[in-house]
Amino acid sequence: MTENRLAIQLPGLDLKNPIMPASGCFGFGQEYAKYYDLNRLGSIMIKATTADARFGNPTPRVAETPSGMLNAIGLQNPGVDAVIAEKLPWLATHFPELPIIANVAGFSNEEYAIVSKKISRVKNVTAIELNISCPNVDHGNQGLLIGQVPELAYAAVKAAVAVSEVPVYVKLTPSVSDIGTVAKAVEDAGATGFTMINTLVGTRYHLQTRQPIIANGTGGMSGPAIFPVALKLIRQVAQQSSLPIIGMGGVDSAESALEMMIAGASAIGIGTANFTDPFACPKIIDNLPNLMDKYGITDLASFVKNCQEEIRG
Amino acid sequence: MILQEDMLIVSNINIAPRVFRMVLKGEIVLDITAPDQFLHIRVPSPDKILRRPISISEYNKTDKSCVIIYRVEGPGLAVVSDMQAGQTLDVMGPLGNGFDMTGPFPNGKALIIGGGIGTPPLVQLAKDLTVTGIAVTVLLGFAQQSAVILETEFAAASSQLEIVTDDGSYGQKGNVGLLMDNLDLMSYDAIYACGAQGMLKAVASRTETHPNAFISMEARMACGMGACYACVVHVAGDETGQKSLKVCDEGPIFRVGEVVI
Ligand SMILES: Cc1cc2nc3c(=O)[nH]c(=O)nc-3n(C[C@H](O)[C@H](O)[C@H](O)COP(=O)(O)OP(=O)(O)OC[C@H]3O[C@@H](n4cnc5c(N)ncnc54)[C@H](O)[C@@H]3O)c2cc1C
Ligand SMILES: Cc1cc2nc3c(=O)[nH]c(=O)nc-3n(C[C@H](O)[C@H](O)[C@H](O)COP(=O)(O)O)c2cc1C
Ligand code: FES
Repeated sequence: MTENRLAIQLPGLDLKNPIMPASGCFGFGQEYAKYYDLNRLGSIMIKATTADARFGNPTPRVAETPSGMLNAIGLQNPGVDAVIAEKLPWLATHFPELPIIANVAGFSNEEYAIVSKKISRVKNVTAIELNISCPNVDHGNQGLLIGQVPELAYAAVKAAVAVSEVPVYVKLTPSVSDIGTVAKAVEDAGATGFTMINTLVGTRYHLQTRQPIIANGTGGMSGPAIFPVALKLIRQVAQQSSLPIIGMGGVDSAESALEMMIAGASAIGIGTANFTDPFACPKIIDNLPNLMDKYGITDLASFVKNCQEEIRG
Repeated sequence: MILQEDMLIVSNINIAPRVFRMVLKGEIVLDITAPDQFLHIRVPSPDKILRRPISISEYNKTDKSCVIIYRVEGPGLAVVSDMQAGQTLDVMGPLGNGFDMTGPFPNGKALIIGGGIGTPPLVQLAKDLTVTGIAVTVLLGFAQQSAVILETEFAAASSQLEIVTDDGSYGQKGNVGLLMDNLDLMSYDAIYACGAQGMLKAVASRTETHPNAFISMEARMACGMGACYACVVHVAGDETGQKSLKVCDEGPIFRVGEVVI
């Protein structure tokens, strides 16, 4: 057993601490490696990967909102083969011990399966995050729809789980009338755990042109403004399922990370906060021990366990 | 490599309607490698979570100071415009590639074209070229007389300076395209432009065949350092439509013809 009081063990994820950059907010790691040693992180959730290369949506793709932002990147990525040939080997060479969570996106069950199969065989990928909740892809908005309709979610997760060699965590959207139903379908399909939440859907307008600021019309809302929504939904899913949850949505401090664990998360993804402060993740990691002392938490693993026992009665 | 620092505000003064000139001091200045790299500025207000990209207008490594010139477009830079000498500003930088000054300069001539709030990053470029003995022609366009900035700085760092305004309230009436039409563009060894998208398009259409023409692009950014894919531009001539370059770290300077404007 480890002496490390920040360590968290989850299926596929032997985390030295529970803090990991959220998908889409950290590229494939390389850029942030100029700022600090990525070995300090628990893991990295890399940018969404699809079967083929995608440019994504037209620009402008981001806008600011009070204590938040909108983005409509539209799953831009170089395609799974390029990610496997270039991005993951770079991480393996420079940070061989760092477990990577691959974010898999698709527009059909086949695509989820193809990408999951290929990427789950890469040595440093120790878990998959199945993105069934991106609000920014068109194709009849199928990207988001998959995460909204329990039957579609079930089929996509089943397809990915069947071929994946690593545990599959499924990323849930907050844009549903009842998150419990989707979570149940995802669990029934064989998911190992949940990551939640993805962005909310929103828009902003220019006063002068009366047009949306984001070229796509709408974008996904993230940042501290969505934190209370994330807490509420995480608690709801934690109450009904014993699968582990990697929580995210507006976390920007050690305080908000611990609060999300109280809501039911076992580990924490940090998204937008990386843009405000490139050192957000290591700062949160560094602050956790002090905060744990303040609240009498000896180690995070038992804290998480206690919180979850309380939630589930 | 420092990349993030609380820089000291030496001064912050209003130089034209909504336009401010701020002098900053810090170690980051020592890392600047070329004119028109930028700083990614954090607005000191808890509800402003995206940084603001602002070009470095001038810099002096000896006293570790640099100048930024910014126009308040919205509530974020409005907060920055209220900051005082002695306070500090959280900046990431220097980011971006900066202008390529490697030439060659067989004719010893360069042309610099700026428009509006796109003129500040060209000051250091004009100075550096002039110092190396290159004759610099500068064409600047502004909306009207009250918006004219940096005339003294460019006058000191050029052999020829011409200013136009859209409404003719200062200099000739018209835009910089008009002035370009009077020049033999191929006689300049390098052409550099920064300004509004329309201006960049006008420059690009006149310099398509020039081997050393550069434009500075703008894009809405989140990370500012290549991780979020917010700021991409299409690669020119890419038939797949899938190829892109990131303005924040593969730009903001591109060769004319390299990207779709
Ligand atoms: C590489 C680069 C260099 C720049 N250099 C300068 C400069 O030297 N001087 C200057 O005045 N302006 C410059 N700009 C534009 C400047 O970044 C925006 O005007 C500024 O961010 C607007 O902020 P605000 O708080 O006033 O407006 P707000 O309306 O509050 O901004 C809202 C959001 O939109 C973003 N945004 C709005 N307009 C732009 C824009 N044109 N480009 C990028 N993001 C934008 C802001 O960052 C913010 O996230 C530059 C932009 C880029 C990309
Ligand atoms: C610019 C940007 C890009 C994103 N791209 C992805 C993505 O590719 N895949 C994904 O599953 N989530 C993506 N997300 C969602 C985040 O991973 C995260 O779920 C969300 O932003 C909420 O967390 P936050 O408030 O900490 O940012 C993106 C978010 C942002 C802001
Ligand atoms: S702003 Fe994030 S990639 Fe350029």
